Amino acid sequence: MKCSEFLQELTNYLDGALDDRTKSELEDHLAWCHNCYVVCDTTKKTIEIYRDSELYELPDDLRGRLRSAIMTKCQQHKKKGQESV
Amino acid sequence: MSAIQPKVGEPVTEELALVQAAKGGDVSAFEDLVKRYDRNVFRIAQHITQNREDAEDVVQDAFLKAYSNLEQFQGQSKFYTWLVRIAVNEALMKLRRRRPERTVSLDEDVKTEEDSVPREIADWSPNPEQLYKQAELKEILSKTIQGLPPSFRTVFVLRDVEGLSTEETADALNLSIPAVKSRLLRARLQLRERLSKYFQKRESGDGKK
Repeated sequence: MKCSEFLQELTNYLDGALDDRTKSELEDHLAWCHNCYVVCDTTKKTIEIYRDSELYELPDDLRGRLRSAIMTKCQQHKKKGQESV
Repeated sequence: MSAIQPKVGEPVTEELALVQAAKGGDVSAFEDLVKRYDRNVFRIAQHITQNREDAEDVVQDAFLKAYSNLEQFQGQSKFYTWLVRIAVNEALMKLRRRRPERTVSLDEDVKTEEDSVPREIADWSPNPEQLYKQAELKEILSKTIQGLPPSFRTVFVLRDVEGLSTEETADALNLSIPAVKSRLLRARLQLRERLSKYFQKRESGDGKK
């Protein structure tokens, strides 16, 4: 397996979406190709860092304000719908 | 090396019951759906728009649109996937308004300069996130993802941050499964490439330049 072929399958490999045969071919490649091992390992860390980062969490006060604005608009929409019947 | 563990999904039956109740006029059932997904919608919106005010607008507009169009939700997909589709469209509209000079489309298969050939192949520190203070780390992550084309960061946020499956992401974005996979691979590799300069092992041992 060439490095470029390994890269093409990287996403499927990290997502556990490969059949056993392809998976074992990839793992054979990883065992001797240090560069692909590093790319695979650091890509996995990239995903984990973003997933665990709590980037763009909704603060409680803003959450409350948004929800009440949404619900007011939904009530208005419902009322309008009832009036037009 | 083990695969990334997927996030565990919410029970679907309970959700469908809430949708049915909301369709029947029960506004508080809809409020439960808002509570369940407002954080996710906000994260997705801010990842796409990269702007806090726009993200706030997207949350309001997406939920209101979902509420007004509940009748059209037939239950073929999960309610969340349907809501995400609405939210992504609202977020992309905001982005288009803000950057009319640039094309913002999910259909476009963007080729970028760095694309997917890895150049940075240095090992990272064992605990890269501990090299920086929490606020610095968030700044780095935010700046890094901002540099990706919108179509890449949208796929990345749905698949890897929100934990949607490839099929659900394809459904929410109206893309084919191969298109989702191709964008996801390139998004992951480009983020990895850009983060490498912050997280690679340093000779000095303290991790910072």
